[in-house]
Amino acid sequence: MTDKERNKAMSYTDNNNTEPELVQNFRVISPGRMVAKRFFKSKLSIAGLIMIIFVFIFSFVGPLIIDATWGYKETQVFKIERNTDMVTVAQFTGPDGRTYDYYDKSQTVIIFKAPPSAEHWLGTDTSGFDIFTRLMYGGRISLVISFIVIFLETLVGIILGGLAGYFGKWVDQLIMRIVDVFACLPYLPILLVLSAAISSIETIPAEHRIYYLMAFITLMGWTGVARIVRGQILMLREQEYMMAATTTGISSIHKIFRHLIPNTMPQLIVSATLGLGGVILYESTLSYLGLGVPFPRAAWGSMIALADPSRGQEILAYYPNMWVPAGILIVVTVLGFSFIGDGLRDAFDPRMKR
Amino acid sequence: MLKYLLKRLGLAIIILLGASALIYLLSMLMPADYIDNQTSAALQSGAMTMEDVMRLKELYGLADKSIGGIAKSYITWLKSTVSGDLGFSFLYGKPVTTVLSEYIWISFMIAFISYILQIIIGIPMGIKASVSQYSAYDYTVSVFAMMGTALPSFFLSALLMNVFAIKLGIFPLQGLTTATTVFAPDAHLQILLDKVWHLVLPITVLTLLNVGGTMKFTRTNMLEVLNSDYIRTARAKGLSEKVVTYKHAFRNTMIPLVTSLSGMLPGLFGGAMITETVFAIPGIGYMALRATRQGDIPFIMGYNMFLAALTVAGMLISDIMYMVVDPRVKLS
Repeated sequence: MTDKERNKAMSYTDNNNTEPELVQNFRVISPGRMVAKRFFKSKLSIAGLIMIIFVFIFSFVGPLIIDATWGYKETQVFKIERNTDMVTVAQFTGPDGRTYDYYDKSQTVIIFKAPPSAEHWLGTDTSGFDIFTRLMYGGRISLVISFIVIFLETLVGIILGGLAGYFGKWVDQLIMRIVDVFACLPYLPILLVLSAAISSIETIPAEHRIYYLMAFITLMGWTGVARIVRGQILMLREQEYMMAATTTGISSIHKIFRHLIPNTMPQLIVSATLGLGGVILYESTLSYLGLGVPFPRAAWGSMIALADPSRGQEILAYYPNMWVPAGILIVVTVLGFSFIGDGLRDAFDPRMKR
Repeated sequence: MLKYLLKRLGLAIIILLGASALIYLLSMLMPADYIDNQTSAALQSGAMTMEDVMRLKELYGLADKSIGGIAKSYITWLKSTVSGDLGFSFLYGKPVTTVLSEYIWISFMIAFISYILQIIIGIPMGIKASVSQYSAYDYTVSVFAMMGTALPSFFLSALLMNVFAIKLGIFPLQGLTTATTVFAPDAHLQILLDKVWHLVLPITVLTLLNVGGTMKFTRTNMLEVLNSDYIRTARAKGLSEKVVTYKHAFRNTMIPLVTSLSGMLPGLFGGAMITETVFAIPGIGYMALRATRQGDIPFIMGYNMFLAALTVAGMLISDIMYMVVDPRVKLS
């Protein structure tokens, strides 16, 4: 028997002649790590994570870099002169009776709508703002709004849904009927009415409109969370551990917020992640209609609004650099949140992953 | 059964009443001078008199802001709404119900065609994706479906317009009829074709945006069914995969599908605000957005009540369909 083999044998029959501990042979994984492992196994969730990290760096770190290197600001106007040909066409009937086309080609100087260049990667827009810089600031406002709104919605939803699910009876009836009423209100039209009313009131400064906007989106969106929380709590409160909690004599508030709500967290995290994309879509729709983030602040929605054909086809046809990047960023952000949300749902609920 | 239906109907009425109160309160949030701003043009042109404006304010609870005044005017408003009188739109100069019934059909046509396309495209794709879960096909279809839900309608519309209307010039950019051509009054077929031509892009937009939802819904429900025991039994019996998928699995997937798809039907009348506006199609969504921008309160309130009623009707229909389709559901 060589030394090596003896050592090996020794290690099996420990010094104290006891069995080796279980921990040495099995790796114990915490539920959290198990979820993380399942999450990272899916390619789509990793793709989503990368997309969201990219958008975050782009819109929060990006402006700092731009400011440090070029010194561009959100609403800085660049006047870049360039000559363009202007062609006017007219028809006239000559003395010989035939119709002639008359072209007049002249040169005009325009200072806005500069094409992409080394200094302005995506050119400048109709107001002479640097598009690339504004994309970053637009992302910032979209992300901030969506996170605040989702946080508020979740908060309101947890409180009302928790009360309804825990107390049942008339509390449940009352709260759930309110939820039903809010859920049957048309989401976008009501948001539009509220935003239109707010922007028509002159005593409210334009910068404050964003706060009202967030309140309105929250007001219209909390019902989903309330339903999820209530449903979960109805199921959880019948379980044995809640009986055990009751026998220890703790208060209702503690039971709800310490024992019930934490168990609804997986569902809430999933719905919140999926909800983030939805809020971004609503915010950009409002901005597109000019009822969201007010000019001159940048928003992805209002950047796409430049291509609105009812204001003339010029930008839609010839300046895709003004509106396509903003649209792509919206899609990337919303898609990223969807991928992460779906990945989280599969990770939290292994039954779905077969 | 009848008792259950009556109960649901009663609930629907309560919800609608709540919604009407909420919509009414929303109009209260608007400042009183808002109406003055919005009606000044109509006043000047003589379309409205000062009395009309005062009556309007009274009706919408803006004249008397005390609780009693609000309650009184709410009841007046509710009474006329229940009797089918939604008021007089001051932007369009017609009763709101007339405007609704005039512009609803074009919206319905667009929405209905896209709804049919959604079903024809989405369901087979969902079935195929669920049968070969985690295959390349499944991933591609799922990603495309999610992309559809992630695309803002105005951006997708702009992209399609840029490519198909401007670059390729296949489809018209905006509107419902070609303004430059004059059709003979009896050339119905040509007029119809011209309209269809204009509606291709908007229908495409709506279909692309919504097909993903149907597809994903089918896929999720199919997966659930495909993992049940009786599917294993069917396979063990030696049935072909085709019979298992379409006869045993899909028939059970039909239950949630029919329930949710039939619940969508009333919503087809509601109009697609953004898409209709981008393409300048005079549907109900387009009219409503214009009214919202102009502060046409009677129209806004009427339209929102109409939409709320459609939503409630949709809920009711899917409840009833659930009972009809699923023989296992027994009501108590």
